[in-house]
Amino acid sequence: MVAQLAWTLRDGYVVSVRNMRHFLRQPQLLLFSTIQPIMFVLLFSYVFGGAISGSLPEGVSYKDFLLPGIFVQSTAFRATQTAIGLSEDMKRGVIDRFRSMPMARSAVLAGRTLADLVRTLFVIVLMTVVGYAIGFRFQEGPFEAVASILVVAAFGFALSWIFVYVGLIAKGPEAAQSAGFVAIFPLVFASSIFVPVDTMPSWLQSIANVSPVTATADAARALAIGGDVWSPLWQVLAWVTGILLVFVPLCVRKYRRLQ
Amino acid sequence: MGSTAVEAEGIVKRFGSTVALDGVDLTVEEGTVMGLLGPNGAGKTTMVRVLATLLRPDEGSASVFGRDVVSQASEVRELIALTGQFAAIDELLTGRENLRMFGQLFRLDRREALRRADDLLERFDLADAGDRLARTYSGGMRRRLDLASSLLTRPPMLFLDEPTTGLDPRSRNQIWEIARELVREGTTLLLTTQYLEEADQLAERIAVIDHGRVIAEGTGDELKDSVGGQMIFVRLANPWDRERAIESLTRLGCGTPEPSELERELTLPAPQDGIAMIERAAHALREASIAVSDLGLRRPTLDDVFLTLTGAPATADGAGPETGEHPATEPEAAEVPR
Repeated sequence: MVAQLAWTLRDGYVVSVRNMRHFLRQPQLLLFSTIQPIMFVLLFSYVFGGAISGSLPEGVSYKDFLLPGIFVQSTAFRATQTAIGLSEDMKRGVIDRFRSMPMARSAVLAGRTLADLVRTLFVIVLMTVVGYAIGFRFQEGPFEAVASILVVAAFGFALSWIFVYVGLIAKGPEAAQSAGFVAIFPLVFASSIFVPVDTMPSWLQSIANVSPVTATADAARALAIGGDVWSPLWQVLAWVTGILLVFVPLCVRKYRRLQ
Repeated sequence: MGSTAVEAEGIVKRFGSTVALDGVDLTVEEGTVMGLLGPNGAGKTTMVRVLATLLRPDEGSASVFGRDVVSQASEVRELIALTGQFAAIDELLTGRENLRMFGQLFRLDRREALRRADDLLERFDLADAGDRLARTYSGGMRRRLDLASSLLTRPPMLFLDEPTTGLDPRSRNQIWEIARELVREGTTLLLTTQYLEEADQLAERIAVIDHGRVIAEGTGDELKDSVGGQMIFVRLANPWDRERAIESLTRLGCGTPEPSELERELTLPAPQDGIAMIERAAHALREASIAVSDLGLRRPTLDDVFLTLTGAPATADGAGPETGEHPATEPEAAEVPR
């Protein structure tokens, strides 16, 4: 049992190293997934900052409000790439080879989501650096700053397991991409990522208030610049646990039975 | 030792309403090479995928070295390796990294994986290209790397799914040479192919598969005998001589000449003593003053075997995942994706 677990971890590690190499060897992917979040940070803070700042709580600048939100947005967008990458592997036949080998069944999927987690952390750190250059500051101390980033990463990890499932059932990378886009876009915008929820029409507020994206953005924001931490935080943890409990077994089962 | 490596009974596999395998029985003795011969869409790949634990059969049962491919799938995976129709290598890794990764996933330790990778690169003539990304490899190199990836742990049972489809003759010969070497070392091989010649070169026994059924099984010689050994083909200089040519050749007593796809070509069986037959055919054609641009003996092709076995030319029926281009005798039928 312990030996089995050790093998699973090692297989997962070997596959994640492979996926991280992929990331480094696709310069266009590397460039796109770093430039796009930086562009969002700059565009949103300078283009919408003036218009939105009036709706923010007293004494909160839009840059401080926005940055934790942008962490969540870029993480959610990148989770769709989990589906695309997996779908490409299946198309190329590498997955067939993995499946014919005496390796842990969950390792291919875990290796993919873990590599994506590392990427997420890398991109959030990069955005923090850009944020600091334009005036964003973590205000609650180093422990809270790290916790803020980890909350977003944990949510991203759970999301990428949902997209593993999308990748396993989608017919090809293009289908996986559009399915991901359709699901993620409204989720990201109908949330507290870019604007306070109380500026939205009431029907939209009721959706945004129960969204895990709002909970994650609120938790990350409270840890970054102050506010009520525990109420959004336990919601995020519940969502992450729930998603993983449902989707990890579902994905492994689906992977076993691929046709 | 004469024990059984693969035993399959009544395997049925459906994809929606398509029946890809329609009750396939197959036995492969340990240490031998079995060739599974058939056109695109016949069910060869589906059969290999069932035996390699990638697909669950809808009916029937199969075992590899006595382990059931469904209920003991993980034990089967310890004993097999699969080299698929499309090179399943990682294009964004180098050749060496590919082998090292697969080695580690085959549960070799780090150092052993590295050592095996070096050995195999050397053996498969990839040592110079070992540190280049696999996407820069030619079709033949990819296929060799793919095959090398299957041999990291020297599995006793190896499935080769159309290992030479789309390869140039030199690369094909290299793959054949490697396959023969593996067999000498005691590996049991199940090889699928569209080419009778390939099955003939490598396999001790051949099972001909069509529309998901095994329609004939035997040695290469037995199969060729069923077609009638060699054939004489004639290409006429002038298509309008066709009727007269058929008349003259029929008088040789070897059956009626079969017109081929080209109107000016004719073939007829030459069961024994091909050279004497060709002499008589040449004589008969000259007597009738029929001009000929080509005349010779050729070996039966898969199409000929099919014509004899099924009464119809080999056709792709699109069953299962191995849809592809026809005709089966065309070497470029299934090109490796870039």
